[in-house]
Amino acid sequence: MGQSTKSKILISVAVAGLTLAGCASTTQPASTSTSTGSASTVTPSSSAQYLVQNVGDRVFFQTDQSNLDGSARATLRNQAQWLSQNSSVNLIIEGHADERGTREYNLALGARRANAVRDFLISEGVNGSRLQTISYGKERPVSLCSEEACWSKNRRSVATIR
Amino acid sequence: MNAEFSVSLSRRLQVMVLVLLLMPSVALAALKIDITQGNVEPLPIAVLDFAGDGTVGQDLAGVIVADLERSGLFRPVDREAFIERNIGVNVRPRFGDWRVINALALVTGRAVQHSDGRLLVEFRLWDVVAEEQMAGLQFFTTPKNWRRIGHLVADAIYERLTGETGYFDTRIVYVSESGAKNNRIKRLAIMDHDGFAQSELTRGNALALTPRFSPTAQEITYLSYYRNKPRVYLLNIETGQQEVVGDFPGMTFAPRFSPDGQKIIMSLERNGNSNIYTMDLRTRETRRLTSSLAIDTAPCYAPDGSQVVFESDRMGSQQLYVMEADGSNVQRISYGEGRYATPVWSPRGDLIAFTKTLNGRFLIGVMKTDGSGERILTEGYHNEGPAWSPNGRVIAFFREGRGADQGPTLWTVDVTGYNERPISTPGWASDPAWSPLIR
Repeated sequence: MGQSTKSKILISVAVAGLTLAGCASTTQPASTSTSTGSASTVTPSSSAQYLVQNVGDRVFFQTDQSNLDGSARATLRNQAQWLSQNSSVNLIIEGHADERGTREYNLALGARRANAVRDFLISEGVNGSRLQTISYGKERPVSLCSEEACWSKNRRSVATIR
Repeated sequence: MNAEFSVSLSRRLQVMVLVLLLMPSVALAALKIDITQGNVEPLPIAVLDFAGDGTVGQDLAGVIVADLERSGLFRPVDREAFIERNIGVNVRPRFGDWRVINALALVTGRAVQHSDGRLLVEFRLWDVVAEEQMAGLQFFTTPKNWRRIGHLVADAIYERLTGETGYFDTRIVYVSESGAKNNRIKRLAIMDHDGFAQSELTRGNALALTPRFSPTAQEITYLSYYRNKPRVYLLNIETGQQEVVGDFPGMTFAPRFSPDGQKIIMSLERNGNSNIYTMDLRTRETRRLTSSLAIDTAPCYAPDGSQVVFESDRMGSQQLYVMEADGSNVQRISYGEGRYATPVWSPRGDLIAFTKTLNGRFLIGVMKTDGSGERILTEGYHNEGPAWSPNGRVIAFFREGRGADQGPTLWTVDVTGYNERPISTPGWASDPAWSPLIR
């Protein structure tokens, strides 16, 4: 809990830095490169922001499925490699479902998805002790419309830094 | 006054009930609602404001009328049509005045403050055509308890006229939802079956799901995400004390009590695989009932405790299965089109209610315990989570709205499929569970 709060603070500092850089660039173009440079230095490769932007924090699933397609496996190979380069990072893998299922089943399905991701990362050489799982079932959608366009974004597994 | 007895109510209140002497003479009335039919013609009943001090007599009549009307089995006669008014509980009504406004049954009563401070409520139920008293009871209780007395009176009327156990003096526990759809706050809340007497049981700092009553209605078992660890908890409604159920290495969810209240049956998830377990609340002994590589969840005991119905996708999609209480002799019972989930055994033992998914729609239905005789009670974009009234007559469920700014609401429907109605709640509401009738 404490660590994830800290990483959120880091993100907001970095975003604030970028915003300042943006403002500065409109009045003082010469300073843009240095401002941007300083912003990126507060985004270490072990950060949550780096995971989201450079590695990929989530993979998606077909309805009722927990198997990983080519795109998901590619993302997870990136994650495995990134984990090997950042040995201090431990992950919580969240499993989620869309709203088109019953509550209990979706809790179990989310667990199945999170564990499919965990198993794949382990098969790519990540130590299982670094990977916790949690299922949120259909309780935490990110896309809110009641259409497939949103449901496909909610059938997901998301890695967050523990 | 030979039939004096006490009613233990789940809120640590005692109500003393006395049977009023029949007046003028004991007779077997013929008035009865035949509820074996699907769509019952509601019985016209007149409920006079109870005589007595202040407004409580009028308030009591209001609760009784609302309960009876809501059941779909009664049609309260508009009080504006009443000819005879203000008659005491010990006065024989002028039955002609009630026949002429087409009332077949009449309720009269009295509510007064007793010398010891308690509220005394008396009522009589009359058969207008036969000109006979059908029931009469007297209640003593604390004044703040008046609303429950209204429900008890309505139950007595319902029972006398239908021959079935009532369900008005009951409560519903549910999940109260607030906030945006992607960051919903979910608290346990409890209310009377009619949506009154709302109160929250958890604070909303941890996601709370699927509350279920213990057989005594004193405790709730539910899923809490306390400290981000989804686990089954026990919550004592009286004391507010909570404890986690067991020390399991993974997520525990979908809990229910055994009919004797001794055990919790639930799913345990390990490495993505969910199986059904029980835990004895006294010995803490756990027992594994299923060992599949599938999702086995939503277990529910038969009312006699001998069998368990649950859902599993062991054959590819969610279907319903029945097994012995020790986990042996697993039989699939659902063979219709579509998927079946959230099975709940009726308190009478003869039916299983379920959520069915078919062609992208969510339906609530019932089937016999061998899977035959399936009937759909309601259908739409998303209906889920049936819960039986304690007399097995009504099913509560939730209906999810479609779209980003929508949320779930609570509904009831008769087991016949008729009389669908919303339950009014202060906010979004899901996962209803009906309390047993405590007598």
